[in-house]
Amino acid sequence: MRIRVAHLYPDYLNIYADRGNIAVFERRAALRGHALEITGVAPGASLDPSSFDLIYVGGGQDREQALVAPDLAERGQLLRTAVDEGTALLAVCGGYQLLGRSYRGRDGSSMPGAGLFPLETVAGDRRLIGDVLLDVDLDGCTTTVAGFENHAGRTLLDPGAVPFGRVLAGHGNDGASRLEGCRVAAAIGTYLHGPLLPRNPVLADWLLARALEHAGGDGYLEPLADELERLAHVVSAGRARSRGGR
Amino acid sequence: MRLTVETSAARLVGRVSRAAGRGGGTTLPGKLLWKVDPAAMDALAARLPAGVALVSATNGKTTTSAMLARILGGRFQLAWNNSGANLASGVASTLLSARSADLGLLEVDEFALPEVMRRVEPRVVSLGNLFRDQLDRYGELEHIAERWREAVSDLSPTSMLVVNADDPLVADLADGRVRALRYGLDDPRLARSGLQHAADSKYCVRCGSPYEYAAAYVGHLGDYRCPACGHARPQLDVAARSIELEALDASAFDLVTPAGTARVRLPLPGLYNVYNALAATATALALDAPLDEIVAGLEGFTAAFGRFERIEAGDRQILILLIKNPAGANEAVRTLEEGGVPETLLIALNDRIADGRDVSWIWDVDFEPLFPKAQRLIVSGERAAELALRFTYAGFSPTQLEVIPDLREALDRGLALTPVGGALGVLPTYTAMLDLRAIAVSRGLVRPFWEETP
Repeated sequence: MRIRVAHLYPDYLNIYADRGNIAVFERRAALRGHALEITGVAPGASLDPSSFDLIYVGGGQDREQALVAPDLAERGQLLRTAVDEGTALLAVCGGYQLLGRSYRGRDGSSMPGAGLFPLETVAGDRRLIGDVLLDVDLDGCTTTVAGFENHAGRTLLDPGAVPFGRVLAGHGNDGASRLEGCRVAAAIGTYLHGPLLPRNPVLADWLLARALEHAGGDGYLEPLADELERLAHVVSAGRARSRGGR
Repeated sequence: MRLTVETSAARLVGRVSRAAGRGGGTTLPGKLLWKVDPAAMDALAARLPAGVALVSATNGKTTTSAMLARILGGRFQLAWNNSGANLASGVASTLLSARSADLGLLEVDEFALPEVMRRVEPRVVSLGNLFRDQLDRYGELEHIAERWREAVSDLSPTSMLVVNADDPLVADLADGRVRALRYGLDDPRLARSGLQHAADSKYCVRCGSPYEYAAAYVGHLGDYRCPACGHARPQLDVAARSIELEALDASAFDLVTPAGTARVRLPLPGLYNVYNALAATATALALDAPLDEIVAGLEGFTAAFGRFERIEAGDRQILILLIKNPAGANEAVRTLEEGGVPETLLIALNDRIADGRDVSWIWDVDFEPLFPKAQRLIVSGERAAELALRFTYAGFSPTQLEVIPDLREALDRGLALTPVGGALGVLPTYTAMLDLRAIAVSRGLVRPFWEETP
């Protein structure tokens, strides 16, 4: 099948190897006979999120993030509708923050977000940096997810909001709640990069399956051997256990 | 009085540490001194009659400093941190151990630069470039630039500021300054077709609009202009023109300076080394070195260790090109692409503090041009599996890829796959490079770096 992917602001938000995540989607889809059709979306460009099966938003440095934030905030209503209707979405780090309700800087200034995720992010005084290991439940499929985090923001979920995972090692959303990321339907926001997907193939396939369903398929994906992926996951998970959260 | 006592104590630690065979004992005495009395650095710097020159950049600071050592070595007795110990403690160590020196030549870590600048009252500060690098350690580019900006604003007006005009963020630091030298490339024939994937500083430092490039040379370095507000590359004081790249051996160019123009043949490959040569030239000019000595120094230069090093291993060669961040690794790839990709490549990724614990940067490197030419790829180091994923997800055939985390085994395998008379291409991260060199030292192939002379 053809999977339509919108990659938001690839020229601005690409700092933590976001193209690695895209490459994983592309190859894992191709190995099962599906083709990704990727559209890069620049600030100001027209976008109908509902016509896409999967949306990707990466991370950027503060300066680049500030340059695209107003554009993303304006697209909030359309993005919420698309996710309500089953479009899958992955947002990493900066993209995750910008899809919340707002980002409050240390100087007290507030930047509105797209309001897809029920959360607010407040700048902290110390960056939370290091390897992370999460315990994740994807509709009954439990798995660990390993990655790296580097963020000054403390993300606070609204009461009742669903986190992406529980922190086994590392800082997570705010360094205190032991919660990481946020999930709304098939939309996942997380601080984990590394990049996230190469060493977490279960998550990559879960997102691809949701995108396939949106495209009209049954969402079944033939299992892959994933030997290198597992090896990388084990090493990364070991790093988080030995030195995450410090 | 306090200085004398503590420095002799620190000097003793250096001797003990070296005698114990601990990697040259380079920073231990400085660490001690830096801990007991940071202000000692000020006094140690002040006793150098010809002053201090500082060199910083994300990429090229070690090579630029080594070029300067070659140029200035005949004219000055140098206090030079050639071991790469470039944090404040390393600077303190170097100043401490060079008692009879008259000029300080110090490569300084980007993050440590403001503190060192404040303490040593430099005669010249040379700022090369800012690329994204080890975000887990340095934080974001803008943050480093802001710290540099503050340090430069406190710099004495009599100090010379040397900047790379081709890097918008760095060039802007010298905006309006009288005592400044600006260098850059002036040869659009060698421009890249577009900005690389991971290009930084693509947006105007004044107004945020994307720059237009008349020529982009290395990463975001080039001849830029903002179509919205007109902010553009400043006039060049020192430039390279008519550049000829000679495969893996050398580059030749017209070195244009306020002191005249000369044709230089630099025995190092790659456009990024032309930038390093320009930085060294401008810095040497600021230290009153004559042009003929600069040209002689550049032409007699051999690579800083591990940067582009050929090691003879019996009837084969090991060619080491350090990779430590996307911009630097892209240039290493480009150098091999233009000079000839060895049949067998060994790429080694470690994730210790000096390498950066976050390994995501390997995905920002454009390794792809190597794929069609490399027959065999060995991935090694503590995060070898991540490299394997980087290459296989990009389409490199798994049957031509071997995962050998142990460096010693990986090196043996790589050499075994290399034909007699051929070269094994090795691209290691910083600590992997040190480990590989240690293996080469233990096999008697090279001398340890602290025994090397400029």
